[in-house]
Amino acid sequence: MNLVVGLILILSLSAVFLFFRSSEILSVAKKRISDSFEDGNNNINALSGVIFLVLSTIGIIWYSYDQFDNYFLPMASEHAPEIEVLFWVTTAITFTVFIITQIVMFYFGYKYRFNKSRKAHFYPDNHKLEIIWTVIPAIVLVGLIGWGLVKWNEIMGPPPEDAEVIEVVGYQFAWASRYPGPDNELGNSNYKLIDVENIVGIDFSDSSSLDDFMPREIYIPKGKPVLFKIRARDVIHSVYLPYMRSQMNAVPGMPTQMWFVPSKTTEEMRAETGNENFNYEIVCNKICGRAHFSMKHTVVVVEEWEYIKWKNSQKTWIEKNPDYYANFIKNNSTDVAVLND
Amino acid sequence: MGVTKTIKNKPKTKVEEHHHDHHEESFITKYIFSEDHKVIAKQFLITGIFWAIIGGAMSSLFRIQLGFPDMDLTALSPIIGNWLTPQGKIDPEVYLALITMHGTIMVFFVLTAGLSGTFSNYLIPLQIGARDMASGFLNMLSYWFFFLSSIVMFISIFVEGGPASGGWTIYPPLSALPQAVSGSGMGMTLWLFSMSLFIVSALLGALNYITTVINLRTEGMTFFRMPLTIWAFLVTAILGVLSFPVLLSAALLLIMDRSFGTSFYLSDIYIAGEALSNQGGSAILFQHLFWFLGHPEVYIVILPSLGITSEIIATCSRKPIFGYRAMVYSIFGIGVLSFVVWAHHMFISGMNPFLGSVFTILTLIIAVPSAIKAFNYIATLWRGNIIFTPAMLFSIGLVSFFISGGLTGLFLGNSVVDINLHDTYFVVAHFHIVMGSASFFGLFAGVYHWFPKMFGRMMNSTMGYIHFWITFIGAYLVFFPLHYIGIAGFPRRYYSFTNFETGRIESFIDLNTFVSFAAILTFAAQFIFLFNFFYSMYRGRKASANPWKSNTLEWTTPREPGHGNWPGKIPSVSRWPYDYSKPGAKDDYIPQHIPLSSTKESNMPEDEHR
Repeated sequence: MNLVVGLILILSLSAVFLFFRSSEILSVAKKRISDSFEDGNNNINALSGVIFLVLSTIGIIWYSYDQFDNYFLPMASEHAPEIEVLFWVTTAITFTVFIITQIVMFYFGYKYRFNKSRKAHFYPDNHKLEIIWTVIPAIVLVGLIGWGLVKWNEIMGPPPEDAEVIEVVGYQFAWASRYPGPDNELGNSNYKLIDVENIVGIDFSDSSSLDDFMPREIYIPKGKPVLFKIRARDVIHSVYLPYMRSQMNAVPGMPTQMWFVPSKTTEEMRAETGNENFNYEIVCNKICGRAHFSMKHTVVVVEEWEYIKWKNSQKTWIEKNPDYYANFIKNNSTDVAVLND
Repeated sequence: MGVTKTIKNKPKTKVEEHHHDHHEESFITKYIFSEDHKVIAKQFLITGIFWAIIGGAMSSLFRIQLGFPDMDLTALSPIIGNWLTPQGKIDPEVYLALITMHGTIMVFFVLTAGLSGTFSNYLIPLQIGARDMASGFLNMLSYWFFFLSSIVMFISIFVEGGPASGGWTIYPPLSALPQAVSGSGMGMTLWLFSMSLFIVSALLGALNYITTVINLRTEGMTFFRMPLTIWAFLVTAILGVLSFPVLLSAALLLIMDRSFGTSFYLSDIYIAGEALSNQGGSAILFQHLFWFLGHPEVYIVILPSLGITSEIIATCSRKPIFGYRAMVYSIFGIGVLSFVVWAHHMFISGMNPFLGSVFTILTLIIAVPSAIKAFNYIATLWRGNIIFTPAMLFSIGLVSFFISGGLTGLFLGNSVVDINLHDTYFVVAHFHIVMGSASFFGLFAGVYHWFPKMFGRMMNSTMGYIHFWITFIGAYLVFFPLHYIGIAGFPRRYYSFTNFETGRIESFIDLNTFVSFAAILTFAAQFIFLFNFFYSMYRGRKASANPWKSNTLEWTTPREPGHGNWPGKIPSVSRWPYDYSKPGAKDDYIPQHIPLSSTKESNMPEDEHR
C-alpha cells in the first residue's frame, strides 16, 4: 500500500517536473512578437472566464430550483414567514447584483482582452458614476435595514403577557425543561443545588417550586405564544429550532429568553413532510464539546386542548422524587418553617 | 533613520553585486537574523506557506469525516495515529481540534502573518522609496516572535489531550474549563501563550509599517501619490495596532480565569459533578473583547489583498485604477467602520436586542465602501487592454469572491435574518468565500506578481493558469453548496449529522461528499503552485527588472536588489502610480520617477494634483 502511494507520488512529481520544463522550453521557442508580456494564452483565459460564468450560472439556478424542497424548511411559527420574506427579498436583490456584476466582469475580461494594435482608454475617474454607485447601494441598504429592524424588534421584543413560560436548561450534552405547574410561576433555582437528581438546581425553599414539573419532552400549544426561559449549566449552548426560525444562546450565569408562536402541530408537519417519524427538535448550535453534534431535545407541538390535557396529567417533580424532597425538608426544616409562617 | 544612514554609507558597488560573489555578510546575518525587509518578507512567506499546508491538510481530514463518514482511515495511522477511534474514524474531539486549529492557523498564521507580514514588509520600502523599514531590528524581532509563536502552536498540536478545541473563537467557559473538553487543558494553555507571542509580533510589525509609511517616503511621494497597496497596508497596520491589544487583554483575562481562580468570564457553573465557586463573571464579556479584535481582523486579512489586487488590475489592464481617491477613502471608511460592527457576531448571544439594532445599522453601512471598491475594479477593466497573467487571473478571482461573499454578508448582517442563519453552514460559506478565498487569492496574486522581484526569476505561467483554474472553480465548488446546507439549518462544527433531526439525515449526504471531493482536489492542486514556486526560484527563466511594465518604484531597482534596494540614489517621484496608456505617450506606461518635464507630449492639467 505504502509502496503504491510512494510510486504515485514519484510519478506525479516527475510528470509535474516534465510539464514545467517542456512549457518553459515552449515559451522560449514561441518567442513573442510584440514587446508586451502577453504570452499567447490570453484568449484561452479570457474565454475560460466566460465559459465558467455560463456553466456556473446554469448550475446555481438548476440546483436552487431542483433542490428547493430539500434546502427550504417548512415554516412552523408565526414569525417564520416574516423572516423568510425578508430573506427572499434579500436573495433576489443580492442574486441580481451577483449575476450582473459577474457577467459584466467576465464579459469585460473577454471583450477587452489584450490586442497589440489597441491601447487602453485612459479613464481615471468619473464622479457622477461613483456617486451613483455609492448612493444606490446606500438606499437599498437603508430599505433592508429599516425593514429588518422593524421585524427584529417585534420578534425580539417583550413577549405577550399570556405566553406559556417554560424553562429550558442546556448542559453537556442534553437539554432539560421545567414547567411552572398550576401556579404559573417557575420556582427559584440555584446552580449550587444541582446534583444527579435535581439536574437544574430547583430551590424548594421557594414555594412556587413545589408544583413545577419536568417532562421528558417539551410540549407546546399551537397558536399560543411560548416563552423559553433559557439557562446553561456548564458552557455556552444554543437553543435552535430551525423550523420555527428561532434561536437563542444559553449562557451560564446569564439567563436569556426567546418567544414564538408555533403554527403547525407535529402531526400537521408529519403530514406535510410525509415523514411519519418527524419530530421538532431543539438542536444545540454553539460548540460545546465532544458530543455537541448529538445534543438535542424533542419538542412536540399539539393543539391547545391537547396541551391542557397533557399538562394536567403531569406529575410534579416532587411527586416523582419524594425521597429527594423528604431529604430537603429534613436539611432545611428551619427555613421552610420560616417560610410557612 | 539610523539604518538608512548606515546603508547609505556602504560602498555602492558592494550593494549592487550578486550575493554569490561576496561573503561580507555571513549566512546567518543574511538569511536568518536578517534586518533586510526583503529577506524578512520571504521568511514570513515561507513560514506562511508551511502553515497553509498544515491548515489545508487539516481541512482535508475533517472534510473526509463530513463527506465520507464511513471511510476507514487506518491507512493514515502512521501519520495521525492516536487521533483515530478503533474503527479507523476520526475521534469527535479530534474533529473539534482540527476545525479549531484550521481556523486559527488560516486566520492568524497564514492570512495575517503570511499575507501582511510578507507583502507589507516586501512592498512598503520598495514602493515608497525607502532603503529599509524604519527599524530593521524591530522588524527582525517581529519575525522571530512570529517564529516562536509558530513553534509553540506547532507543539500544541502534539500535547497530551490534543490542541485547543473550542473553535478558533475560543469562547469561555468551554475554553476555560479542562473538564469541558480535553483540548482546553495543555493545548489551550499553549494556544494562549502562542497567540500572546503572535500579538507581540503583529504589533512590532504594524508599528514599523506605520512609521515607515509616514516618515520614510522618498522625495515627491506625497500621500496621494502612494500606490493603493501602501494605503491598504497602512490602514491594515493601524487596525492591527488598535485591535490586537484588545485580544491580548481578552487572552490575559482568560489565562487568569484558567490558572489563577479569577471569575472574569465564569459564573454559576456546574460541571463534572461539581459546582464551581466562580461567580459574577460574564461569558459575553469575552465575546465583546474577542470580536473587538475579531472583526477588524477580517479586514486585516482582506485589505492587503484588496491593495495587491488594485495594483495588479491596473497594471494588467494597462489602465489607471478607476477612482483612485474613492478607493483610498473606502479603505479608510472600511477601516473606521470595522471597529464599530463587532457585535453582529453576537446577535443571538443573549445581549440586549437594542444593541442588535445598532450593530445592524452600522454593519450594513460598511457594505457601501465595499461596494464602491467592487464597482471600481470592474470599471477599471472597462476598455482596458487586459493581459491575463496568473496574478491578474487571481485578482479577478478575488473580485469575484469579494462580491459573492460580500453579498451574503447582507443576510448575516441583518439581525432578523441572522436569527435563523446564525452558526449554520451559511456562515461558513460566507466567510470562507469573502475572507478565506478572497484573501488567499490576493496572496497568490501577490506571489505571482512580485516573484520576479523577490527571486529574480519568472514563475512558470502555464502552471500558474492551471493552478488558477483548478483553485478558482474548486473553491466555488467547495463553498457555494454550503449556502444551501446553511439555509436548511444545518449547524456548523458538527462532527456528524447521523444524530441530527429525524428524517433529515439523508438531505445532504451526496452534496457533502461532493464538497469534500472538491475540497481535497483543490488542496491537492496547491502542490502545483508549491512546485512552481520552489522550482522557479532556481530554474525559472531570468526576469527582467520590470517584467510587467509597471509604474511603481520597486521595478526601478535592479533585478535582484541588495540590502538598501537602490544601488545609487533613491529615485524621486513626480507623478501618481497609475499613468498607464496615457494619451499621447509613447509607451503604455510612465513610471512614477519619470519627471513631468520629460513627458510634455502626454501631460494633462490634472497631473499637477496627482
